[in-house]
Amino acid sequence: MIFARPVNDFLRHVPAWPLYILGALPVIWVFWQGVTGGLGVDPVKGIEHRLGLWGLWWLIAGLCVTPLARVTGVRLIRYRRAIGLLAFFYILVHLLVWLVLDVQIPSQIWADILKRPYITIGMAGFLLMVPLAVTSNNWSVRKLGPVRWRSLHRLTYVAVTLGAIHFVMLVKGWQTEPVVYLLVVVMLLVFRQVRSLPGLRRA
Amino acid sequence: MAGRWKNDLNWSDVTPKAAWLNRRQLMAGAGALALGGIAGPALAKLNAAPSQYSTAEKPDSWEVVTTYNNYYEFGTGKEDPARNAHTLTTEGWQVEIDGLVDKPGTYTMDDILKGTSLEERIYRFRCVEAWSMVVPWVGFELSDLLNRVGVQSGAKYVAFETALRPDEMPGVNSRVLDWPYVEGLRLDEAMNPLTILATGVYDEPMPNQNGAPIRLIVPWKYGFKSIKSIVRITLTDTQPATSWNKANASEYGFYSNVNPEVSHPRWSQASERVIGGGLFAKRKPTLMLNGYGPQVADLYSGMDLKKNF
Ligand code: HEM
Repeated sequence: MIFARPVNDFLRHVPAWPLYILGALPVIWVFWQGVTGGLGVDPVKGIEHRLGLWGLWWLIAGLCVTPLARVTGVRLIRYRRAIGLLAFFYILVHLLVWLVLDVQIPSQIWADILKRPYITIGMAGFLLMVPLAVTSNNWSVRKLGPVRWRSLHRLTYVAVTLGAIHFVMLVKGWQTEPVVYLLVVVMLLVFRQVRSLPGLRRA
Repeated sequence: MAGRWKNDLNWSDVTPKAAWLNRRQLMAGAGALALGGIAGPALAKLNAAPSQYSTAEKPDSWEVVTTYNNYYEFGTGKEDPARNAHTLTTEGWQVEIDGLVDKPGTYTMDDILKGTSLEERIYRFRCVEAWSMVVPWVGFELSDLLNRVGVQSGAKYVAFETALRPDEMPGVNSRVLDWPYVEGLRLDEAMNPLTILATGVYDEPMPNQNGAPIRLIVPWKYGFKSIKSIVRITLTDTQPATSWNKANASEYGFYSNVNPEVSHPRWSQASERVIGGGLFAKRKPTLMLNGYGPQVADLYSGMDLKKNF
């Protein structure tokens, strides 16, 4: 697309590191609101839910990078590591809020992880993100080699799907919002597969 | 009930808080600005009498009680009802009472409240989502009303129905539940003195988001049994359908008594988060029958509450 070149030229001058700082600000904002009453009378759930949602947004943003490049030519690949690490950071804090502020009782934490399917699935999603976060650095890419590194990072697809399913499962009844997120995730994943079908032009 | 304090006000005599505030603001002129800053109740008193059934626990604030609600007809978020329920018109409210009763018919709020005395019932309120609060309801015993309309001998259950007003209730456009919301009790549960029809909270007329103008309160059951904005009460001989049971029978039973030993398939019911306690509020162990065992455990003697959850 015509705007892709100027956008890409401009982005060449924009480093990735400020994204880490900007991306972390909402966490501070969410906690600040929770402490000062901005999240209503149940700040624990308010913080927990907002961080879960932010985590899902970052994960989905990460999935959008490749389709965006294919459809518009705008290349954000340089920022994808930051996006992925931010997703991990948000889900980590989401998990910590659940442990420390919500459930509190250690024996119940284990019971919940093992017995509550929506927690089990969220936890599985989180655990899959750990090796991805640990290998999100140049040294690991070199060490693993690009092929192995890339196949390892396909775990993202599983993690984000589990995260979206976790959201669908935790609400009471069939609510639209989580189902829409799950559909978006599925569509983004299908879009990637379409490329590998024969007869389609490669990007 | 004999000897109870009698209220000689009609429902229609009670000035809604908004109207009262307006009048005060007019009178107070410039002082209205200061008044506008007052957050909280204590304005249009219903003058409810205290009750022996009230807990000594400290009620949650007006803000907690009126901004943290589950009323899916106005949206699934906890703050949605407070934001959206102002559209509900409660003037001219009528309740259809039918089924196995001597005096079936359409009752206005004045009819319903005639001769009853309003009591303040400070009850623990435990939601199936494992949170809790303490609420100073204002209401009267459901048995008062049932005795007045005359329960026929064949009746075994009471069914309730919430208003369904697509024009006023944005939430009913999405099919989270099969509208209208319906609930039910066994007749002996309905006749228990703890079971009330509430028309107010904090000595104020019931705010819309809490289920105005009249709702059920069954303090030993999960909150969703305490159906809001009631338009129909039916006495029947068969166990009535209930909304959450229809939506997911494995998660929500007909009885839905608070029971720390029977966990919800997706979360534990052994403890509860106390709303209004801030970021670091400690969880509290959940009590069997929400602590109302002494008054209601007899209703379930011989029943397996794990099966009849
Ligand atoms: C891929 C990882 C995960 C994603 C994408 C994710 C996302 C979400 C989202 C979107 C919500 C709902 C937000 C809302 O209602 O607006 C949520 C809620 C929640 N999540 Fe996660 N989550 C993940 C992992 C976890 C983990 C590891 C745990 C704990 C072990 C967890 C525990 C919870 C809890 C307890 C809730 C709130 C449930 C309630 O309403 O009571 N999540 N999460």
